[in-house]
Amino acid sequence: MKSGSKRRAYATSALVIVTFALILFALVEALVIAPREATMGDIQRLFYFHMPSAWIALGPAFTVVFGLSIAYLATGKMVYDRWAGASAEIGVIFTTITLMTGPIWAKPIWGVYWTWEPRLTTTLVLWFIYVGYLLLRSIAGEGPRRARLSAVYGIVGWIDVPIVFLSIWLWRTVHPRLLTGHGFDMDSRMVTALMISLAAFTLLYVTLLVLRAGTLDIAAEVTALQARLRRLDRRGGGR
Amino acid sequence: MAFFSQAWAIVRKDLLTELRGASTIISMVLMGLLVVLVFNFGTEPGTQSASLARAGVLWAAFLFSGVIAVGRSFASEKEAGCLDGLLLCPVDRGVIYLGKLLGNLILVFVTGVVILLFFTVVYNVGIGTSWLQLLLLLVLASVGLSTLGTLFAAVAAGVRARDALLTVFIFPLLVPLVIAAAHCSTLLLNGKSLADAGLWPWLLVVYDVVFLAVSFIVFDFVVED
Repeated sequence: MKSGSKRRAYATSALVIVTFALILFALVEALVIAPREATMGDIQRLFYFHMPSAWIALGPAFTVVFGLSIAYLATGKMVYDRWAGASAEIGVIFTTITLMTGPIWAKPIWGVYWTWEPRLTTTLVLWFIYVGYLLLRSIAGEGPRRARLSAVYGIVGWIDVPIVFLSIWLWRTVHPRLLTGHGFDMDSRMVTALMISLAAFTLLYVTLLVLRAGTLDIAAEVTALQARLRRLDRRGGGR
Repeated sequence: MAFFSQAWAIVRKDLLTELRGASTIISMVLMGLLVVLVFNFGTEPGTQSASLARAGVLWAAFLFSGVIAVGRSFASEKEAGCLDGLLLCPVDRGVIYLGKLLGNLILVFVTGVVILLFFTVVYNVGIGTSWLQLLLLLVLASVGLSTLGTLFAAVAAGVRARDALLTVFIFPLLVPLVIAAAHCSTLLLNGKSLADAGLWPWLLVVYDVVFLAVSFIVFDFVVED
């Protein structure tokens, strides 16, 4: 067991170092190597952080919560619950980053901080759903009851997201659309920067997940050991 | 058939409690009317048509009153330890969910009718020929609200959460329902029919069916103890 946990520690350290290097590389690509956008100027560089954050939020983070929630309900293993909780926390952070970088970019470019466009509105609703999920986890104490209740939320919430998107998309297409996406022709160096940034953010998500869930795993192990110690104490005192 | 008669027993119990003075429906109706009243100050007086913004008021009132119904349905069971008794019944957990759901559905729907009538009176909107379709719309919206509402009321009761938290849990999930219902009601109150509403009524139907199925499956885990 000792060598196993040592190996895990080495693997985690290696992951952290690689992620750090790739994030640095992505920063250089996004801020230095990618050319200055002709009409938008430097504010466009926000895109290299905005889009990858949105990808983590709408892609892996909550899908992992959904998958692990089903896995928990099917098996009852607490480890799935801990990893689901960790993934949701990271997902909410990236959703928040998406929602904050968006308006900063939109104000000078679109002239408004916010528009009720399908993707924006869906992201906002997504944020509300998973903040609710974290709120539930925070008030539900510890243990299997919290795991069950939050798993139910994790499943229902994830199924809701596409329906939210569909409804908002239908709603907006009824009205005239003032803004049709942020389409602009991208220089190949911009595409490279974006791809590297996407890779870096994805790796960052994995690293954060491993670190956070690892911490929760250790906390659970400590709680179990404490309980065992108390049992042994009681047995010793009885003799 | 035993399934439905068992569920009906729960519905009957809940409605009897309600009739004998639990007064949930009074707070629901008052809440609904108050929301319409308060939001009224945010709209331009004198305009006649039922705009989408006003439909938003109608459905906001509907949601807020609905949360009271679903919240009470489990909070009251929890108070006197009745939920344990209910769970000890030798019936399928799905029966308990269905019974609770139907009880809530009736309260939500009746309150919805009152709110709708009040709305049409104070905003001077003629219901006209579309009242049957309005009722159908109200049924679809009530089913969606009660389905997720009942499930999450059970979740909230499990963690002793207050009504405010229940609102935080279910309102984001109900966004598609509100958008679809607001669209359909605007059309109906402007003298059109559901046939002109395109995909919207179907979105409500899909929403109801999907979450009815999902809630039915996962409810077991919510009350398992």
